[in-house]
Amino acid sequence: MTRQRLTWLVLVVLFAGLLAWRGFTGHGLGRVYVERGEVSLARERAPADAPAASVPRWRSVPVEQAEVRWTTWSKVPPKAHFEAEARDPGQDRVVLSWPRTIGLWVAAFLTLAIFSFLYADNPAYRFTEAVVVGVSAAYWMVVGFWDVVVPKLLATLMPETVQAMVQPTLKIPQFSPWWPETWDTASDAFDPWLQQWGAMALALLLGLMLMWRLLPRGGWIAGWPLAFIVGVTAGRRMVTQVESDLMEQAASTMQSVVPTAQGLSAWDWAWAALPGVLVLVGVVCCLCYFLFSVQHRGVVGGAARVGVWYLMITFGAAFGFTVMGRIALLADRVEFLFDDWLWIIDPNHLRG
Amino acid sequence: MIARRVVPMAIAIVAGLVMAVSYFVRSIEWMGEAAADVFNVIAAIAFVLGAGSLLKANLSAISRRDRGWGYAAVTLAAFLITLVVGMAKIGVNPSPDAPQAAWSGSQQTAGTPFGWIYEFILSPLTATMFALLAFYVASAAFRAFRAKNTAAVLLLVTAFVVLLGRTYAGVVLTDWMPAWASGLRLENLSSYVMAVFGTAGNRAIMIGIALGVAATGLRILLGLDRSWLGGGGSA
Repeated sequence: MTRQRLTWLVLVVLFAGLLAWRGFTGHGLGRVYVERGEVSLARERAPADAPAASVPRWRSVPVEQAEVRWTTWSKVPPKAHFEAEARDPGQDRVVLSWPRTIGLWVAAFLTLAIFSFLYADNPAYRFTEAVVVGVSAAYWMVVGFWDVVVPKLLATLMPETVQAMVQPTLKIPQFSPWWPETWDTASDAFDPWLQQWGAMALALLLGLMLMWRLLPRGGWIAGWPLAFIVGVTAGRRMVTQVESDLMEQAASTMQSVVPTAQGLSAWDWAWAALPGVLVLVGVVCCLCYFLFSVQHRGVVGGAARVGVWYLMITFGAAFGFTVMGRIALLADRVEFLFDDWLWIIDPNHLRG
Repeated sequence: MIARRVVPMAIAIVAGLVMAVSYFVRSIEWMGEAAADVFNVIAAIAFVLGAGSLLKANLSAISRRDRGWGYAAVTLAAFLITLVVGMAKIGVNPSPDAPQAAWSGSQQTAGTPFGWIYEFILSPLTATMFALLAFYVASAAFRAFRAKNTAAVLLLVTAFVVLLGRTYAGVVLTDWMPAWASGLRLENLSSYVMAVFGTAGNRAIMIGIALGVAATGLRILLGLDRSWLGGGGSA
């Protein structure tokens, strides 16, 4: 047996021992409890003067009056289950959730699989990596579909379907792109509808052209939507970044030099102005360092040198900040393992 | 030539000019908004392109029985399961405001299969991946950071001050300082460094980036920069 395999074996045995010990002491380990709730709804009676096609409004009603009802399960701390059992043994209101408990264990094992990479690359890590890649690609695709494609593209091009299946409050336009006789050009609603419909038809066309890249021939067709993306990004960024990152930052830098507080003594005023002055000096010196069309000699060279010092302090602060952020995430994951899963610690008193 | 270079360039120029001009001219503001909507929809559809590439790459790895093809199969399985569960909104109750519409509920609601995937797979694993970086950043810094000159010393000292100032250790270490020197306590020093020197450096970087973006955008809109078309080509 190689040294690496021996190390893995020792780690697995130790961990299995820890799990067994936790499983048979105290409250045990790693379970998720849920509380049952009911959603029971009935249509509100429509006022007599309401149009026949208006969308019905729904309100919560007692279960026996419900037209539609379903059960919900909300996560509760284990303490809620222990207390409910103490009051009413065998109750079925606050119960163990098997899907969420299995999820907790899956999350714990996958978390450990990722941490195992710290020792060496291994099949458990590669398996988890493959899962993350597959899940995240599909996740963002689903989110893009339901959050952008449906409410923008499909709601414009297929409003009846979206209204029936997804969004009953969606207003169906009185115009149809296929029937010009429905086009009431005098209506206030016509221009916005036409603009929106045209934009979404263009989006669909460009989206389909983008898909062409997956086909073996005619990949250049995907260049047209790409050109649209490049152009829109260039035009939008050119204006917004000049406004927010150039003008506003420059204005803030200059405005912060003069303290706004009233009635300060000369000493206090100078002390209050110091941070603003340091920021102004720093920004000017850093910009001198970024100025490559002038040789860094004399005054410009001195300013550029001070600019480098400022930038080094900025990078040091950014480094410290990033490391602290990662360590906070690490602490969160360790807390998940020891609190949510192993039930060794209980900082939020969720179990008693 | 025309379809591959001239038309794309014309599309980029027109789209960019519409976006830029609509910012200033109120009567064509709607054009900018419509172009932004089209952009968002294309970006969402582009995820399908990404998914297609993922499928293509993994399926060919499986069919060729490449080294580690089993992991490609795992990726595909994870992808397809998440996709089906999310697209079909499996196990999602309708919204209480619109129970007559079967798909009116949010697929991200806790307790649904898609919510389960997010809560117990995607969220913990991405957080753990980022947490893992703490070790590698610290290890790389330990090997790379050397106090060879003034600039390096400033970087190192600032990193230590910020790291310590944001932990309880920093508070304990400089707790003994009298009130009149409280600005030198590590937690206060860390905040001051971030608020003054960090702000100055970050502002200069942002101003530099804004100028660079504006210049690049202008070059694209004027047709001077054609490198994005591929095959080189800048006027």
